Amino acid sequence: MSYQVIGITVLWTFLFGYLIIASIDFGAGFFSFYSVMTGHENKVHNLIQRYLSPVWEVTNVFLIFFVIGLIGFFPDTAYYYGTALLVPGSLFLALLAIRGAYYAYNTYGVSKANNKLYMGLYGATGLLIPASLSTVLAISEGGIIEERGDFVLLHWSRFFANPYTWSAVLLALVSVLYISAMFMTYYADRAGDREAFNILRGYALLWSGPTILACVFAFFEINRQNPVHFQNMLNIAWMFIASLVCFIGAVYLVWKRSRIGLSIVLVLLQYAFAWYGYGHSHLPYLLYDYINLNKSFTNPAMATALITAFTLGLLVLIPSLVLLLRLFLFDAKYVRGELRKKGS
Amino acid sequence: MSNLDPVLMSRLLTGLTLFVHVNFATIGVGVPLMIALAEWRGVRRNDLQYILMARRWARGFVISVAVGVVTGTAISLQLSLLWPTFIRVAGQAVALPMFMETFAFFIEAIFMGLYLYTWDRFKNRYYHLLLLIPIAIGATASTFFITSMNAFMNNPQGFTLKNGVFTDVDPWSAMFNPATPTKVSHVLAASYTASAGLLAGIAAFSLLRGRKHDYYKKALKLTVTAAFVFAVSTAIIGDFSGKYLARYQPEKLAAAEWHFETMERAPLIYGGILDENNQVKYAIRIPYALSILAGSNPNAKVMGLDEIPKENVPPLSIHYMFDLKVTNGVLLVLIPFLYLVRGRLPGRFKIKGLPKWLLVAIVALVPLAFVAIELGWFFAEVGRQPWIVRGYMRVSEAATTSHSVGWMLVLFVILYLVLCYSCLRVLHKMFKNKSAEEELQEMAAAEGGWR
Repeated sequence: MSYQVIGITVLWTFLFGYLIIASIDFGAGFFSFYSVMTGHENKVHNLIQRYLSPVWEVTNVFLIFFVIGLIGFFPDTAYYYGTALLVPGSLFLALLAIRGAYYAYNTYGVSKANNKLYMGLYGATGLLIPASLSTVLAISEGGIIEERGDFVLLHWSRFFANPYTWSAVLLALVSVLYISAMFMTYYADRAGDREAFNILRGYALLWSGPTILACVFAFFEINRQNPVHFQNMLNIAWMFIASLVCFIGAVYLVWKRSRIGLSIVLVLLQYAFAWYGYGHSHLPYLLYDYINLNKSFTNPAMATALITAFTLGLLVLIPSLVLLLRLFLFDAKYVRGELRKKGS
Repeated sequence: MSNLDPVLMSRLLTGLTLFVHVNFATIGVGVPLMIALAEWRGVRRNDLQYILMARRWARGFVISVAVGVVTGTAISLQLSLLWPTFIRVAGQAVALPMFMETFAFFIEAIFMGLYLYTWDRFKNRYYHLLLLIPIAIGATASTFFITSMNAFMNNPQGFTLKNGVFTDVDPWSAMFNPATPTKVSHVLAASYTASAGLLAGIAAFSLLRGRKHDYYKKALKLTVTAAFVFAVSTAIIGDFSGKYLARYQPEKLAAAEWHFETMERAPLIYGGILDENNQVKYAIRIPYALSILAGSNPNAKVMGLDEIPKENVPPLSIHYMFDLKVTNGVLLVLIPFLYLVRGRLPGRFKIKGLPKWLLVAIVALVPLAFVAIELGWFFAEVGRQPWIVRGYMRVSEAATTSHSVGWMLVLFVILYLVLCYSCLRVLHKMFKNKSAEEELQEMAAAEGGWR
């Protein structure tokens, strides 16, 4: 494999990691807020908090990792996307800042009572952030960013009038709620918390229908936006079919209340197939048709250095993540909430 | 708004984000070390009070980390949003440290989560303490990487410029440029000093407010002693930085010292003002001092502004920043030193054997330290103007061309005001509601006398 393919695969994988854990995080924040508002507080809220507390910081890093890696491997992306996305990027940052800060304020700062304002900010921003991020996918299909002489312009009217923009937003929104509900169902199952399990299972099933509809809608909107890309997608249609099969399997298992562990694996596979299929068919363009994977790559020395650094970094990162998962996600006592959390 | 110069607006917005972020980043680097010191003492001596100290600091720390994380995310994305041309060109040479910084941050974030939630998870108390090591390593490493990138902007090397493109890049040489050692060590030492000073100020404030418990006295002793050690090392490294400047960035040193003519036996100018003819007034001149600072020798030759092309001269106002920063640095050494010799100090009003005025001075360490950090960064950054990559790319060539930067500046001013205000409020509430005395009683009851 060439360096640029390795580079983009690594980055795409990290973005996939972000997609999954951020969806869980964003959706969980929303469900947590919703449960406090509807008085289901003690049924799901505590469970969700127990999951969220140790991981909230880690989520952010996946995204930063992707952005820094992208501009490292493909410096042209900084120029085009950076110039064009100043306003949406800044709004996104503001949302992220509000969410991160108020989560910490609510969890560590305020004693006992849940601050409704903080929780509301947390829940609402959790849905707006993925929506705002997904618009970059629409922009990457081309036709919205245009280079004119020394300027890079973002055509707002084309951006908002574009049905694909909205299908991406819709898909992001329902996916967040679906992935999160599926995962929290699994977490509740592990915790042996029947009551929370039933509520969360309801959410998961509720959001599964809209998710698949949004997927199909987005799929056909790509055809209108960028027929070349759509044709590439058809060439690897088996990946999208595999994704659909995984979806059906996951929902079936949750419906039957059996083998919840397997169902979460199927959810991961469902999104992995769709994600890599989408990504693969998008190549060689990172921004149609300004940034070409093969023409915008960084110099070979930097590419080698980045890949070396990445490999060394993974050697430290993976054991640390495993430790985090073992202590909090796969520690039965912690999941059930039997350990005291003093000093926090 | 849309007619304002995007270059100026981009500079203001980047400056604003860094202005806010630097405070929290400093705490993020320094406070884990202080927590480790307290917990280590507590575990080793079997002293519940030090353990509580570590816990209380950790609890406040996590709030400031939250703001640090979000402002850090902001600056890492703003680099591409506000300086797209800079990243496109220089990214070819500096992507490596930026990339590695995210790894270091990753490690820190993971172990922060572990540390905060495992106070009672391990039988052996040293295991919990060990979790602080990766946090400290992560914090130090991310300081190293990101500061080395800034060092590159001050002293670029490891590439050749061909038709506006960086070619023949050697990323490792770019990372380990001559500015890296002094910059990194100065930033680290200053962060440790500021964090120790911050915690010392809080302890002194509690004593001044009439808290009588031994806990506060112990906290004071630990933090002020640490502050003294760190402040002295910061000052020593600061001297190395001066020598670095004389050799590699003489225009910055010359502008900072208002040193207009190249000469041997150069005097150091402290304070004063500059009139419209560039004549220095009301300043204190210390003979030979600049030569000693720059070359460790009273006869050393120091390059003056006369040898530097006019368009490359940094703003002369950095003199004020430099002098103020150094003054703060001296006070940061002096006040902890007075504490160390406290037995001999006069003072009519004493609290737990300490003169009241000394406690007030220790409280003053907090603003002194953080103002010094801000001034240090302002000096370093403004002193690099007009370059963004010294000698290769000017700031004006690197900024975004978007006309919406002004509005984004307004957005972030509001955002940071809200975040900082609520952060202080939350911290205030957190510690007002529960005093250390109450917590000690609770802890003692829960542990039932500690093994």
